[in-house]
Amino acid sequence: MGLLGEMLRDLRDFLARLGAMTRFFGQVLVQSPSALLRPRLVVEQVYNTGALSLIIIMTCGLFVGMVLGLQGHDLLERFGSEEALGVGAALSLLKELGPVVTALLFAGRAGTALASELGLMRATDQLSAMEIMAVDPMRRVVVPRFLGGAIAMPLLTAVFIVIALFGVQLVGVQFLGIDQGSFWSQMRGAVELSDVNEGLIKGVTFGIACSLIAVFEGYNAEPTAEGVGRATTRTVVISAVVTLVLDYILTALML
Amino acid sequence: MRQSRAIDVSTGLFVLLGLTAIVFLVTQITNREVSWRDESYRLTAQFENIGGLKAGAPVSMSGVTIGRVESIGYDMNQFKAVVTLRIDAAYDRIPNDSDASIYTAGLLGGQYVGITPGNSEDAYRDGDTVEFVQDAIVLEKLISKYLFSQAGKDKEAAPAAQE
Repeated sequence: MGLLGEMLRDLRDFLARLGAMTRFFGQVLVQSPSALLRPRLVVEQVYNTGALSLIIIMTCGLFVGMVLGLQGHDLLERFGSEEALGVGAALSLLKELGPVVTALLFAGRAGTALASELGLMRATDQLSAMEIMAVDPMRRVVVPRFLGGAIAMPLLTAVFIVIALFGVQLVGVQFLGIDQGSFWSQMRGAVELSDVNEGLIKGVTFGIACSLIAVFEGYNAEPTAEGVGRATTRTVVISAVVTLVLDYILTALML
Repeated sequence: MRQSRAIDVSTGLFVLLGLTAIVFLVTQITNREVSWRDESYRLTAQFENIGGLKAGAPVSMSGVTIGRVESIGYDMNQFKAVVTLRIDAAYDRIPNDSDASIYTAGLLGGQYVGITPGNSEDAYRDGDTVEFVQDAIVLEKLISKYLFSQAGKDKEAAPAAQE
């Protein structure tokens, strides 16, 4: 009975949190147009979440692509169709690996930065101070961070995919000797514009989800050192789970 | 002020890089050819069966790609598939009795439209219809035709064996 009661309480807490996050999302969306009046704040956040994440995204993209080249070549060699490496790598990067890996890296690099920054603002009463000065912290702090993350994420996804394709090409064509012409022409023959769109739609969706989770957790962090740490951890964990669940839903919808 | 200027520049670079990446993905990875000026003309052809032909498939002459399949529709009056071919303007002297056929590239490859030149003195112009066409070969039809012809032979052979 005790176990059941605990589970019910957990369920209630989960629902309360989901509801709070939905309400928060609504508030952010309502306030979003007003952020365009002060684009400088958004630009700063695009820099913080996007430009500063670029190095890690490019490094990881290169290695993901190179591994994909090795594994794909090993697999396709068994069927004697190494030239199909370009098609396989491009489709898997565009549809799955690109958006998902970028979102996980984004949550780890930019999401944690957003959550801990906001959490620390909460813990040091900066958010309350803003309210006292009649500055809406939602409008001044939360919305630009959310928008910055949501704008940066699809761009990061595209950069990741291009660098990863370069990595595939590097291993497949330069190291393992696949013919360059058939590598690219088979890729071009098989990849449709809708595949690119699918990747970008996923990038936008994951960007909105990960940014929302990061600002929500940071904004609602307990105002203690421990609370800030917990908010950061929750950001990464929830972002990863939500990204993968959303990925399944989006794939099922678009396939 | 100097610092915020530096942030602007790096943000601009980042956004530019991202947009370049998107443009690269759209133009270089897909089979879509983006051209600023539309220097091509269109032909239509009606087929009984187009098999697995898709919009964007190549149109080729002697194996050289001279255009793309622009769109595929269905004519409810003639009950035929209407395929619109976009031919590059550089290939403007295709005889107007040339025929269009649907072939399959390789064993598992996609289907494409092959054009075999005819003997006419006049060339196709924008909006012309290709009169001589050959449908896609559907494997099931071939197999069933073969099987039925075999079955017919067996029936003929069976009474002969009994005698």
